Amino acid sequence: MKRALPLYALCVYGFLHVPLVILGIFSFNASRFTVWQGFSLRWYQAALSDRDLLESSVNSLIIAAVSTVLATAIGTLAAYALWKGSSSAGPRPSRALSVSGNWLSASFYLSLVTPEIVTGVSLLAFFQWIFRFLNLRLGMHTVILAHIAFSVAYVVIVVMARLRTFDKTLEEAALDLGATEWSAFQQVTLPYLGPAIAAAAMLAFTVSIDDYVITSLVAGVDSQTLPMVIYALARRGVNPMLNAVSTLIVVALGAMVLLSERLRSA
Amino acid sequence: MSAILELRGVSKQFAKHRALNDVSLAVPRGAFFSLLGPSGCGKTTALRLIAGFETPTSGEVWLNGTRIDHLPPYRRNVNTVFQSYALFPHLDVRGNIEFGLRRGLPKNGARDVAGLVRRVLEQVRLAGKESRMPSELSGGERQRVALARALVLAPDVLLLDEPLSALDPLLRKQVRAELKDLQRRVGVTFLFVTHDQEEALSLSDSIAVINRGTVEQVGTPQEVYCRPRSRFVADFLGAMNWFDQAGVRPEATHISRQRPENGACVRSAVVSRAIFLGSVMHIEVALGVADGAQEDESHTAIVQVAPNGECFQAGDQVHLWWNSSDEVRFPQ
Amino acid sequence: MSVFRSATRVRSMSRIRSIFAAPAAVLMIATLIIPLVIVAAYSTLTRGAYGGVELPWTLENYQRLIDPLYGAIFVRSFWIAGVSTLLCIALGFPLALFIARAGSRKNLYLSLVVLPFWTSFLIRTYAWMFLLRDTGLINSVLQAAGVIHQPLPMLYNDGAVILGLVYGYLPFAVLPLYATLERLDKSLFEAAADLGATPGSALLRVTIPLSAPGIRAAAILVFVPCLGTYLTSDLLGGSKTILLGNLVQNQFTTARDWPFGAAISILLLAIAMVLLLAARRSGEELL
Repeated sequence: MKRALPLYALCVYGFLHVPLVILGIFSFNASRFTVWQGFSLRWYQAALSDRDLLESSVNSLIIAAVSTVLATAIGTLAAYALWKGSSSAGPRPSRALSVSGNWLSASFYLSLVTPEIVTGVSLLAFFQWIFRFLNLRLGMHTVILAHIAFSVAYVVIVVMARLRTFDKTLEEAALDLGATEWSAFQQVTLPYLGPAIAAAAMLAFTVSIDDYVITSLVAGVDSQTLPMVIYALARRGVNPMLNAVSTLIVVALGAMVLLSERLRSA
Repeated sequence: MSAILELRGVSKQFAKHRALNDVSLAVPRGAFFSLLGPSGCGKTTALRLIAGFETPTSGEVWLNGTRIDHLPPYRRNVNTVFQSYALFPHLDVRGNIEFGLRRGLPKNGARDVAGLVRRVLEQVRLAGKESRMPSELSGGERQRVALARALVLAPDVLLLDEPLSALDPLLRKQVRAELKDLQRRVGVTFLFVTHDQEEALSLSDSIAVINRGTVEQVGTPQEVYCRPRSRFVADFLGAMNWFDQAGVRPEATHISRQRPENGACVRSAVVSRAIFLGSVMHIEVALGVADGAQEDESHTAIVQVAPNGECFQAGDQVHLWWNSSDEVRFPQ
Repeated sequence: MSVFRSATRVRSMSRIRSIFAAPAAVLMIATLIIPLVIVAAYSTLTRGAYGGVELPWTLENYQRLIDPLYGAIFVRSFWIAGVSTLLCIALGFPLALFIARAGSRKNLYLSLVVLPFWTSFLIRTYAWMFLLRDTGLINSVLQAAGVIHQPLPMLYNDGAVILGLVYGYLPFAVLPLYATLERLDKSLFEAAADLGATPGSALLRVTIPLSAPGIRAAAILVFVPCLGTYLTSDLLGGSKTILLGNLVQNQFTTARDWPFGAAISILLLAIAMVLLLAARRSGEELL
């Protein structure tokens, strides 16, 4: 069995990675058929000059950037508040707060557990209902709000995990030496959380950039995101330009992940 | 008495470090045999080699007349009591003890699993606790389950990897006595690994003192304590005062204010402090370079006296004396 | 003095906690609680003439779920999610075992599993379209090699959906399995070997029982998203494979029957919550 296991692992890794590698290889295929007919960059040229793709990419980046920043901030603070209120951290919380703490963490659970499609339709219903009172329509702003909504729970998980390994007596020492709660958080806890916050931000960014289901429901007709355009192309059948786009995205995201891993372990 | 377990010229080389260097040992049948040495001396490596979790780089391991060093652990008739006990958390006490029995026949051929389990539980005095889970047991009870689990398979040798170190000090002495009783009753050869010389001295029929991968001395507790064969052994078992090349035990060193006229060996010193230990008092002294003596290897000595004897205080000028027959010397 | 100080300390502490938690609380209420309440409400209302909802209140939408037509979709969704989950666990367990035993290269191997997850799920699903379709790579290669003469219909069926789901969610299974395996006391395996168990026997009698919490976590983490899947069944299943997720999407867009879509959504949510609560009782703490 000792030799079988590494062999098996190799097969599974192959299963996981080969499809994308093949996609990448064929993005350089000169022909639009699945027969290799020479090396070419034409599909990349086509992708990079396609207006829909470019516009939607910009939209996606804006949405991801804004929602990542806000989700990370909101989630980090919430994780800290929850951690403080739990028995692993500070002194006994007052009754009211521990109850409210519980409902908040329960809502994060709910957010993670709810199937994407349900989140999407519930947000759609909510927006449509609200728009009876406000004179608004679906657009980038609703997408951003939706993205923040489903990203925050991921941020909380990542930051919470890091908090669990944080020695609370460090904060107590800071207080003992004269710092206020806020300063202690800023100068002692926050630096410790740095890597986790970065990781959480990256997670939120990736989840936002890639989201199709929820975005397609709340985006309305005017704003297209990159996944929506990709989906439309994929729906129509295989498009070699899509191979190029896919490869670009995979490489870009992969590079980002590697870079952040390098930064984290540095 | 024939040897049930033998290491013949065993060496073990790890990537950057030689753990065992040409070690040869013969463990007599039915003995309580200890491997004693400081952390990192190789005693645990030796144990793991015998159990089958490591293979020797060179040399042979023989058990009961058969060579076993190439066999995996599950084919060797030795069983281990791990330092952390390693009880299976998902099985109760009975399940843990039965674990090895489910595989095949124990040596005595009987297939009465329930009876075997019952008997071994009585031997370790855990009868009635069959359905408890490991998490519900105390440290001492867990150790007994680990013992029972290993003993029920009737191994040729039982290996114990520092089994008392996980217990709190109060419990340790009591468990020590029980362990010795158990071994006498059951008659199985115990190979006991420890860094605690008091444990080794009080429990063993034979001790192998190991230092940096080499066996320095093998002998009875009396032999290794009273007639150490190397400086390391002398220092490791109990304390030793070194006056030039001569070693004298603190209990054989005497202290007085007047210079003694009885013809014994003498050294002058100044008291550093007196440490009260309950049944004895240790007087720490700083040795002077006096009486034409050479540069001393050790600059302090300890004298063991009765706790209610003469009072010494820091700064007192005293004389240390001992009989030359109490000296231990080693050639350079 | 110390009592006074600790009282004010607790007060200002709880003030900080409230301030920190407030944005998240507002967000969760506005974007999770209220929307789900709305959906629950819609599920008991009636479909409006031009889409949307109107009175009267009714349980008709839930009754429609029992209709054999929709029942088939139900069964199919459960079947596909169940098979995918089993495959993910069966395939993921040996891999998690491999990584847990890999010594110093653990992190490398773990990253290799997680890396595909970081790239786009949509694109990874598309990759299988590229491979499986009639004019796709696999068929081209097989035809060129003379193994087959007609293209194998590998796309647009349940099998393709299961393949896509397993491909997408395998990392979700490997991670909790690895976490559990990695935390197991190594000396337990040595003890098993010492007591006579061969490696295979130790696997069955020690490793697998002790990984039960990880297996449970992996099952939930895979089954719930698979049950509500939309993209995979849409792209890889074609029009033949309509699962619960597709049904909901359909009701909220083309079919314009929001109350019915809401009812299905509530049901999906209820199933997910029941499973999660069952898992939490066995102690897997996420937050």
